[in-house]
Amino acid sequence: MTNRRHFLAAMGAAALAGCAQLGKSARNAHVVVVGGGFGGAAAAKYLRLWSDGRVRVTLVERNAQFISCPMSNLVIGGAQTMAHITHDYSGLRDHHGVRVIQDTVTAIDPSARELRLASGERLHYDRLLLSPGIDFMPESIEGLAGHEDEIPHAWKAGPQTALLHRQLAAMPDGGVFAIHIPKAPFRCPPGPYERASLVADYCRRHKPRAKVLVLDANADIQSKKGLFLAAWGDRYQGMIEYRPNNQLLGVDARTRTAKLEFNDVKADVLNVIPPQRAGKVVDLIGSRLVNDRWVSVDWLSTEVSDVPNVHVIGDATLSAPRMPKSGTMANQQAKVAAAAILHLLADLPPNPSPVVMNTCYSYVGSDSAMHVASVHRFDTAEHTFLPVEGAGGLSAVASPAEATAAQAWAHNIWADTLN
Amino acid sequence: MKLIRPLIFLWLGTMAPAIHAGGMAIDAGRTLAATCANCHGTDGHSVGGTESLAGVPRDTLLRKLAAFSRGEKPATIMHQIAKGYTPEQLTLIAEHFAAQRTHTGH
Ligand SMILES: Cc1cc2nc3c(=O)[nH]c(=O)nc-3n(C[C@H](O)[C@H](O)[C@H](O)COP(=O)(O)OP(=O)(O)OC[C@H]3O[C@@H](n4cnc5c(N)ncnc54)[C@H](O)[C@@H]3O)c2cc1C
Repeated sequence: MTNRRHFLAAMGAAALAGCAQLGKSARNAHVVVVGGGFGGAAAAKYLRLWSDGRVRVTLVERNAQFISCPMSNLVIGGAQTMAHITHDYSGLRDHHGVRVIQDTVTAIDPSARELRLASGERLHYDRLLLSPGIDFMPESIEGLAGHEDEIPHAWKAGPQTALLHRQLAAMPDGGVFAIHIPKAPFRCPPGPYERASLVADYCRRHKPRAKVLVLDANADIQSKKGLFLAAWGDRYQGMIEYRPNNQLLGVDARTRTAKLEFNDVKADVLNVIPPQRAGKVVDLIGSRLVNDRWVSVDWLSTEVSDVPNVHVIGDATLSAPRMPKSGTMANQQAKVAAAAILHLLADLPPNPSPVVMNTCYSYVGSDSAMHVASVHRFDTAEHTFLPVEGAGGLSAVASPAEATAAQAWAHNIWADTLN
Repeated sequence: MKLIRPLIFLWLGTMAPAIHAGGMAIDAGRTLAATCANCHGTDGHSVGGTESLAGVPRDTLLRKLAAFSRGEKPATIMHQIAKGYTPEQLTLIAEHFAAQRTHTGH
């Protein structure tokens, strides 16, 4: 009992000291968030929520609206509309008091803690959080750069999503829809195979003689392999052809030809998902990127390893072991970042044992889906997140019930991120 | 540095409600429960299609979570997720949701 009483007394003192510090440094502190996607928008919201509105938050996002990549493959396959995946930032502005600026960041000075926008406005920050997602590296495929209208990626949802659907709808029956997948790591490991499934679902109904050709630079299907192969066999008998180890070297945009290591493939619709790297705005902080592509962060706080006061989350980071680049994960990391930033602003240590989890649903047809799930705990010895052994896993089979669950996930994560 | 050690104890969950009442560091239960929000809504206020956890009594939720992690309650996904949390973490999560007001907005 005495021990506990002493402990309580120590606690009280700590709490008071902490309050004083929050009063001094966190109150009126200013956090700037760049990128209003799954990571950045959620971070902006939770920074306000968890500081009870005491910390000022400015969100800089170049697009006027939030268009969700999750569920965008349904739009490409004609089973959903653009309106379904399009949301706005009014919730962050009106419910949470986030200042949302539609603009692009053009310069960052980490030593002066200042960034500049294309409009010329300068923003001073106490802490900066970047969640810029990915940028493409089209120059690594000859002939691809500048041709995204003829050869869409549709790997950032928006006009490209609508374009790829139109190309599919205009494709002749008996045509070839080819998808190229870059070497891992890329955003959303099961996404390309989900897309192949939903394009086949569309073709089964509208163009039964069409073919879906999956040209994968990887040696194998990157996620949910058994479940995808089972669905492709059951539902699309022979319509989807999978070719592993097919590295794309170049394209001819005029003839929609994919030039692979061993042969050329001429397609009616050519969907090339280019190799990816951290969103280019990270180059402005002067961090040394891993493999020239990804930002290395301290996963306890999400602070960039070699740039103080700057945090990076989401697809742009060098992922912890077996941590996927997903919208769920970006949203989860946003909460680790928000809590850590608020603690650091108050001179408190970050939570020493954060937990994140991931669920990714994939559709195998417009009415059937499956999931992969995992839970990741911060491991003090390794100083990174590690998956909890024995937890997580895959669906036993794809099912209509999980398609309903996938929609529930989408509505809840959109609301948790934006409203 | 005096501050740090007691705070770490806090994060282990011993005194989480006190720290929240202090209005400074963020409650451990709150951050753990935030990992459920992608499917169950912010602070357990589901916008539809999943169970709202806000206001569910602590013991009711703990019984369900324990049944999921032991594989006794049929599920598509919750049995896999519940296994990822320690009993102490599940208790903090259940306490957080139990303390939330039930929602009338949705
Ligand atoms: C087809 C497809 C399907 C997917 N399905 C799923 C799924 O079912 N489940 C799932 O969990 N994940 C899914 N994902 C993955 C998910 O979309 C990403 O992992 C997620 O968007 C990553 O979040 P982020 O915050 O890192 O980046 P994003 O969400 O891309 O957000 C980055 C934001 O930053 C902005 N930005 C970038 N640079 C600047 C700048 N300089 N100035 C201002 N703004 C800037 C961008 O405009 C963008 O809005 C899918 C992805 C694809 C492509």
